[in-house]
Amino acid sequence: MTPHILTRSLNRGALIFLLVVAAAGILLPLSNLLLPESSALHVPTYLISLFGKYVCYAILALSIDLIWGYCGILSLGHGAFFALGGYAMGMYLMRQIGSRGVYGNPILPDFMVFLNYKALPWYWYGFDHFWFAALMVLLVPGLLAFCFGWLAFRSRVTGVYLSIITQAMTYALLLAFFRNDFGFGGNNGLTDFKDILGFNVQAEGTRAALFMLSCLALAIGFLICRSVVTSKLGKVLIAIRDAESRTRFLGYRVESYKLFVFTLSACMAGVAGALYVPQVGIINPGEFAPGNSIEAVIWVAVGGRGTLIGAALGAIVVNYAKTVFTSGPLAPYWLFMLGAMFVLVTLLLPKGIVGTVNAWLEPWKAKRLSRNAESAAREDGVIKPNMAE
Amino acid sequence: MPLIRLSRLLFAAAVLALAGFASLPAHAGPFEDAVAQFAEGSFADSEEAVGKLIASGNPRAAQIITALQDQRLYADSDTKLVFIKGADGKITSAATGEAVADLPDNASKVKLNNKLRRTVEAAMAGLTLLSPDLDKRIQAAQQVFKSHEEAMLPTVEAALKAEKNAAAKQAFAEARAAILLFKADAPDPDKLDAIAVMKARGDQEALALLTAMPAQQSAAVNSAIAGAKASIDRSLAMWSMVQNGWYGLSLGSVLLLAAIGLAITFGVMGVINMAHGEMVMLGAYTTFVVQETIRTRYPALFDYSLLIAVPLAFLVAGAIGVLIERTVIRFLYGRPLETLLATWGISLLLQQAVRTIFGANNREVGNPSWMSGAFDIGQITITYNRLWILCFTLAVFAILLAMLRYTALGLEMRAVTQNRRMAASMGIATSRVDALTFGLGSGIAGIAGVALSQIDNVSPNLGQSYIIDSFMVVVFGGVGNLWGTLVGAFSLGIANKFLEPFAGAVLGKIAILVLIILFIQKRPRGLFALKGRAVEA
Repeated sequence: MTPHILTRSLNRGALIFLLVVAAAGILLPLSNLLLPESSALHVPTYLISLFGKYVCYAILALSIDLIWGYCGILSLGHGAFFALGGYAMGMYLMRQIGSRGVYGNPILPDFMVFLNYKALPWYWYGFDHFWFAALMVLLVPGLLAFCFGWLAFRSRVTGVYLSIITQAMTYALLLAFFRNDFGFGGNNGLTDFKDILGFNVQAEGTRAALFMLSCLALAIGFLICRSVVTSKLGKVLIAIRDAESRTRFLGYRVESYKLFVFTLSACMAGVAGALYVPQVGIINPGEFAPGNSIEAVIWVAVGGRGTLIGAALGAIVVNYAKTVFTSGPLAPYWLFMLGAMFVLVTLLLPKGIVGTVNAWLEPWKAKRLSRNAESAAREDGVIKPNMAE
Repeated sequence: MPLIRLSRLLFAAAVLALAGFASLPAHAGPFEDAVAQFAEGSFADSEEAVGKLIASGNPRAAQIITALQDQRLYADSDTKLVFIKGADGKITSAATGEAVADLPDNASKVKLNNKLRRTVEAAMAGLTLLSPDLDKRIQAAQQVFKSHEEAMLPTVEAALKAEKNAAAKQAFAEARAAILLFKADAPDPDKLDAIAVMKARGDQEALALLTAMPAQQSAAVNSAIAGAKASIDRSLAMWSMVQNGWYGLSLGSVLLLAAIGLAITFGVMGVINMAHGEMVMLGAYTTFVVQETIRTRYPALFDYSLLIAVPLAFLVAGAIGVLIERTVIRFLYGRPLETLLATWGISLLLQQAVRTIFGANNREVGNPSWMSGAFDIGQITITYNRLWILCFTLAVFAILLAMLRYTALGLEMRAVTQNRRMAASMGIATSRVDALTFGLGSGIAGIAGVALSQIDNVSPNLGQSYIIDSFMVVVFGGVGNLWGTLVGAFSLGIANKFLEPFAGAVLGKIAILVLIILFIQKRPRGLFALKGRAVEA
């Protein structure tokens, strides 16, 4: 089966994408570590961290594209899964500080000493093991998504209603994590990390390795998404996106399909968050803010919904633009830019960058297709967003 | 027993004062003697002087005793002259109030010790109990009620006897009862009366006093205490319910006001307008601009500023709403998720625009005189601004309901809500209805902004804090039904306020959000869902 899945899910675009990710994942860290700082090709460490952040956002965008682009579920709360994954990783990193905190308490993290905790809350048990934290990175967002989706999809909450309650979910979590007595550091969140698996998080080598891992995760996530959307299951997902009631009448259990893909997507978002935290060095409740989740959706829209590659590309492009704008004299205009992006992309570029480019290449592709009749170039990526509801 | 002596002095003072303040300057002799006695230097003399000062009933007595209390009283032991050093450093003669150029070299502060300090404090309270100012008398009585100082009893009783005003009489009676509760040798009938007074008062303070009463009491008194406590507990529980209910209504009215415009646009057009909160914000900023203009040009009109702002806010927000509908939303019909994103973008644009024009800080919007202040009903306090907002919300709701029911536009809107294609076939210009509906919804949001500017900070983020709550109300109440929005808003508001005492504000809010998410599972289309085949389309 395995070669079958691979040949099916890897078309030319997917291969190019994977090659680019692999090249970036290998070359950038190498140039950071091996080349001298004077070299023109040397990539400074801060850029490695910055790009690492973008790659994590790209994974998040991928997970959103999987459900929005292929199943028509617009989640405005995916930032919650991202943040939960991040908190699970952050808790592991907090436990690794040990007695090196400001208060030097070997058991309790600094904020707990500060807030007069007497003992470690039970839900912090186990987070001193990396394997446990890694499991939680997948389990916590996955479980939340499963319960949430099980309730929502079974009672056929769809469209904007679903979007609104996902937003309510992340908003509720935002409020909860802001509380000091919730046991996750309140509004300061978790920070001051020292080690990850025994390596210093600040060290160049660790940062390069984290960047490599993020690229690897992006590649694996992309492959998983591709194999899902090109499978039979993927066809049903697209059918649900385009005509949910009709698919149900044809005898498919729509809610099970939705639940599967929603949970998968939440796990991916969790992994993205877990990789994000050690590279950025902090996780706080601000990540739960509904605005963040909506911003992630616009990355997908900019890159091209239902193309996967577009989602990753959109996340990187938009965030790069954000970095450029917010650090320069144009900072006050960034929100204008972002707002205009939301409006213009939905109005003028409904297929996003990749979708539009694909549409341009369509005639050329058709010619090629007719040349080698029925080959692997069966393209499902391009969608017609107008048919969403 | 200095306190007993003091109380006698106070009693004498009371009688003297009641004899009439008008004739006071006639008693100049003893007053001047009393002032001079501060110069003797011993604590006992000073204490006696305080007593005599009060007995003299001279209007300057209060000033002198305050100065003593604040350590601003100086005395020259040679000349027996006493001076007050004002807070501004100016020196006056204590006896005459005339300005003096400088303190004599050997003048020294009149010293205080703890015993004297107590005497002085009691004396001050005694003085204010007899103050000609009604508010001061009541305040002093409440002070005595809290301290229930036994020494004050004769003064309180004298004041009670002479008092004409009903409110002050009540305050004195309660103060007297409080003292009697703690007076060890008070006869039982007096105590029973006092307990009855406490029971009638029925608030937290009365309960605290009854609880703090000394334990050794006769059986009759003990049972009376228990009865009174139970009765106060009951009435407190009842009032706290009423209070939660009122807070809930108040919160509900705010939610309703914010959500009502959203309910219209969502109901008629199926459009989630993420920029709705920013329309509220624009309304609030319109109020700010109106008030600024009034402040600089026509200050006399300030009380009417809100009346002027309401139609303006409706026009401003409504016009921007129509503009958004014509330029953006029109092209996105049938794609609700894209509309959601586009309107989110618009909300960012509007926020940033307002931030650029008005700055990121909160802007001050004042309350007109008829909206500030509060009044009490039983144990709860109702502020006028909350009350007005509730009335205003209900008025807006009623007008909107009437508009939907009795006007041509309302009829068309309802038709489009129920079945867009059928309505179009019947000759209704649906796109015109859409534009007007969006304008109407936005305009109402603008009006909401005027009201919310009275209770919330006017900042570019104002809208953001209401948007999720408004959505919850609409989703909970059901789409296309204004009554659903009304019920949704008030039930969410009241539920929130009743949860708060148990769970705290934040947890209460989280609980409400979770409950709504669960509720949506049961009734995906809200409390009052539209039925029919158009719904599934």
